[in-house]
Amino acid sequence: MSMATGFAENPSMPPENTLARVLERHEGELLVEWMADHSASMGRGGRIPEEELRQQGREFLRLLVQAARGSGANDMEGPEWQEMREFLAEVSRSRGLQGFTPSETATFVFSFKRPLFERLRDENANSHLFDELWSATLLLDKLGLYTTEAYQKTREEVIARQQEEMLELSTPVVKLWDGILALPMIGTLDSNRTQVVMETLLEKIVETGSRIAIIDITGVPTVDTLVAQHLMKTVTAARLMGAECIISGIRPQIAQTIVHLQVDLGNVATKASLADAFQLALQRLGTTVAGAIHR
Amino acid sequence: MAEHIPILRMGEFLLVTIQVDMHDTLALDLQDRLTTRVVETGARGVLIDISALDIVDSFVGRMLSYIARVASLLDAATVVVGMRPAVAITLVELGLSLPGIRTALDVDQGMHLLRASRAEMPAAPG
Amino acid sequence: MVVHKQRVLALSSEQDVVVVRQEVRRWAVDLAFSLVEQTKLVTAASELARNAVQYGGGGEVRLEAVENGTRRGLRLVFEDRGPGIPDVPLALRDGYTTGNGLGLGLGGAKRLVNDFEIKTAPGEGTRITVARWR
Repeated sequence: MSMATGFAENPSMPPENTLARVLERHEGELLVEWMADHSASMGRGGRIPEEELRQQGREFLRLLVQAARGSGANDMEGPEWQEMREFLAEVSRSRGLQGFTPSETATFVFSFKRPLFERLRDENANSHLFDELWSATLLLDKLGLYTTEAYQKTREEVIARQQEEMLELSTPVVKLWDGILALPMIGTLDSNRTQVVMETLLEKIVETGSRIAIIDITGVPTVDTLVAQHLMKTVTAARLMGAECIISGIRPQIAQTIVHLQVDLGNVATKASLADAFQLALQRLGTTVAGAIHR
Repeated sequence: MAEHIPILRMGEFLLVTIQVDMHDTLALDLQDRLTTRVVETGARGVLIDISALDIVDSFVGRMLSYIARVASLLDAATVVVGMRPAVAITLVELGLSLPGIRTALDVDQGMHLLRASRAEMPAAPG
Repeated sequence: MVVHKQRVLALSSEQDVVVVRQEVRRWAVDLAFSLVEQTKLVTAASELARNAVQYGGGGEVRLEAVENGTRRGLRLVFEDRGPGIPDVPLALRDGYTTGNGLGLGLGGAKRLVNDFEIKTAPGEGTRITVARWR
């Protein structure tokens, strides 16, 4: 019986671990040809520094050998492939961040095929060749596709982060007075945005030591249940921290929506305009011991 | 267990700063010692600084409420200061309100609150 | 679902509850959860760990860093061999406490996580699985 790798059961994997052998024996040549093919496919080429690319290539080969020697060599979800998956995710991530296309990212893996297949062919002048080529191509296809998925995820993260940054820019928290913050909200609020903005408000409250935060919703056309709930949670959280909120700019339609949705505003003060809310805030600060205003 | 959370006396108030991740016995120990101190000193207020706590769970919440209840029976106010935003958000989600507890952003504002609450109260007889 | 990393921690003393809090915090940080998400996870873990110690007569918790497709998350499985919870809906209701004043805090903990699953029966212990996803 051959090596105890379990390949004997599997018709598509020959008994001797040819793939691993080929990789180890021809590492140098494989790397050189792969790099050449890769540059050719990339066309504009040269945007990835040569040394970095070569290092990634070497690492890929090392991990491929490691996984190919394992008994779970056909199962890409398995633990033998974890290091490879993490490595490819990292490479895809880096390509994604640098602005390469998904195809260019996948080319990293796919351009390895030709050099590998030629070596496999040279190694095997027998009937196993087809099987080996087939399983090698399946393997590389899976790895290549994996890079595309990881790439997608990176792009999504970049977009999400950009959105968040835009959100923070579009809802600045303003210091109106010593101890009084204002958060003028503009545009339609969705649940996610409201959450981010509210967390920012609470952090600003701590940063500035402001006891009163005025949340102005004059510029908000509609409010749904989720948003109203987030607002209430923020008001409650602020209270737990030792600050009060005043909600201003509730227009008639929104007032109706709030009652209709049966949202309980509790004892949160509400004012029609930001100016009225500001006056109320000053009053509230003024009624505490005088020392609170000198900072 | 030799560790205790220190209780400082500042005039007619007691000040506690919680700086460790408390196990339950330590929390109960604080609860007992603090309420005893209020009695012993006749303190008019207790200020608990939780700015170093990165979480407050229902056990700590109950501890704080207990302290506030006992203190109020002894005519002392309880102010909790320095709750972090993430903690506050989580407490709201958890559904924990802190009954009988006043809160302030920091020790400074907390002391103002305690002094103000003393000022509102009628002078003690004799 | 792929489990990238797992660890089992004992839950037999109150000190273990502190250890669990700190370990869950570390894992949540490693998984790049936001501060609020970390806090919710650690708080939920504290509630459930304490329950296992005080109500469940001790047990263990398994921490798992998981991956489901491209989503990463942290899963916690709390298991005890205690008396079991006789009335789960009641236990999940806010404000429910056992006779000795220990709030089970299950309803609250449930709100702090994305996934919540409970398996329990009188005399057969309790297993509670919670997870948060990024």
